[in-house]
Amino acid sequence: MKKVLMCGNEVLAESAIMAGCRFYAGYPITPQNEIPAYMSRRMPEVGGVFIQAESEISAVNMVFGASLTGARAMTSSSSPGISLKQEGISYLAGCELPAVIVNIMRGGPGLGNIAPSQSDYFQATRGGGHGDYRQIVLAPASLQEIVDLTTLAFDLADSYRMPVMILGDGLLGQMMEPVVLADSVERIAYSAKKDWILDGCKGRKPRIIKSLLLGNGELEQFNERLQKKYNEIKNKEVRCEILHGEDSKLMLVAYGTVSRICRKVVKTLREEGKKVGLVRPVSLWPFPEKELRALTGNVERFLTVEMSCGQMVEDVKLGIECKKPVHFYGRSGGGVPTEEEIIKEIEKIMY
Amino acid sequence: MEPIFLKPNSLRDVNTHYCAGCGHGIVHRLIAETVDDMGLRERVIGIAPVGCAVLAYDYWDFDVTEAAHGRVPAVATGIKRSRPENIVFGYQGDGDLAAIGTAEIIHAANRGENITIIFVNNSVYGMTGGQMAPTTMLKQKTSTTQSGREQKLHGFPLKACELLSVLPGVVYAERVSVHSPQNVLKARRAIKKAFQVQLDEKGFSIVEVLSQCPTYTGLSPKESVKWVGEEMTKQFPLGIFK
Repeated sequence: MKKVLMCGNEVLAESAIMAGCRFYAGYPITPQNEIPAYMSRRMPEVGGVFIQAESEISAVNMVFGASLTGARAMTSSSSPGISLKQEGISYLAGCELPAVIVNIMRGGPGLGNIAPSQSDYFQATRGGGHGDYRQIVLAPASLQEIVDLTTLAFDLADSYRMPVMILGDGLLGQMMEPVVLADSVERIAYSAKKDWILDGCKGRKPRIIKSLLLGNGELEQFNERLQKKYNEIKNKEVRCEILHGEDSKLMLVAYGTVSRICRKVVKTLREEGKKVGLVRPVSLWPFPEKELRALTGNVERFLTVEMSCGQMVEDVKLGIECKKPVHFYGRSGGGVPTEEEIIKEIEKIMY
Repeated sequence: MEPIFLKPNSLRDVNTHYCAGCGHGIVHRLIAETVDDMGLRERVIGIAPVGCAVLAYDYWDFDVTEAAHGRVPAVATGIKRSRPENIVFGYQGDGDLAAIGTAEIIHAANRGENITIIFVNNSVYGMTGGQMAPTTMLKQKTSTTQSGREQKLHGFPLKACELLSVLPGVVYAERVSVHSPQNVLKARRAIKKAFQVQLDEKGFSIVEVLSQCPTYTGLSPKESVKWVGEEMTKQFPLGIFK
């Protein structure tokens, strides 16, 4: 193990390499440019492929091509670029191809700005592209967690044969923190275990990878199978962290960068004897619905804090089935909620 | 008695969905024959486009995937870079290559990707019901150019081979046609040459195939081959561009 100081985007790129990613295609967009820059240098060192594509659309389709040959493949971008990738993500889902897509969010809508934001939550958790599909969404809150979740993202993508998104924001991508990395860059040769890839029909029947299902009832049947898979994921792959679930009266709900600020808020208020806690969803889809619902005994009110105008707050309400009031505090367009602002909001609600 | 003409191994023994007189079946067969002749069936990976030829994967008997509309060259790039030992070809129609996928084809060609593109130009959109294609001829009537294609309103027919051949990454670009037996044989030779360029790891190769769409040119199969041979070849001259 070695301790290094890197920015979040570079940690993510190195973690992908360590997770066995050997194909990366991307297009420059701020604030994630350190990822393609790092990959362009690192991929040739490990015998992998780096391509600077002519567009986000092309990049995600290159990933589609690499994935169907069995390679662990990734693309990354930031909000406006992720909008362009939606067509490709829908095809990945329709063809049941694994891939990791990284969104280091910036402010929107439109060209917005390059400041950190969490306003792509709807797009990430609702599918974003066309059709009846889901993608797993993982939201790291620290650089060390980027290491763990990037590995997990590739493993989940392969086991469920579907796109997995890592959802960060500009702050997480740009800031530096010490992280512990494993020494070895070698992991299992995953392609060996994939019995569905296209690699030429030597000694076997030809294979077809497609998402066009024209037969009577064929697509409905396929979508039902996808739903079965998604339900299995909902049961098995929920991840979240809960602080003071046992006695909190007010429960903050926040993910990623904002959860770090909320953690400080909890510490400050607990020192004053106030019963405040935090739920930090790590998987945004599947969302920790049961975990939140289990808290509705002692928790009197929930306060969702986001760097958006209020998106995850809808999932919190759905999760607890509106059993308790759910409040919202958010900053948008590059604004970051401060500890003082959040405390003021809590005092308004509770005290 | 010894058979003198057989179905290629790389072509499944099934009926196609193509209209009477359509050229796609001929081009599918030429590819299958080439793959057999060159002993590539177990190495080849094909990419079917969005459009009439999307079901090509039901007809070829080797590994085939499908790509989103226009994205064939990007998908081919991802496959070939991951598995350089495979022979990767994309099959594209005129809307796919010359309209929605212009960025993908130009950049794959310009990177000199070691892939082969078979580009079927039949001057019209088939799958969606006969709309104007980027290669629709001036004055040609389609469901979106009902009085005929007019340059001021709809622009000029796009010449993909001419456009691509100026790029240094392109090693081989030829336009052929399947409107007569003689031309079919020439098309077969061109497809073989394109695959050979890839086998020799020289870079990007493209064969544009002029083909007939009797249904949406409003002609009989017999008239439509005549139209391709006499009219289309004026706008899209046959030959080796590079």
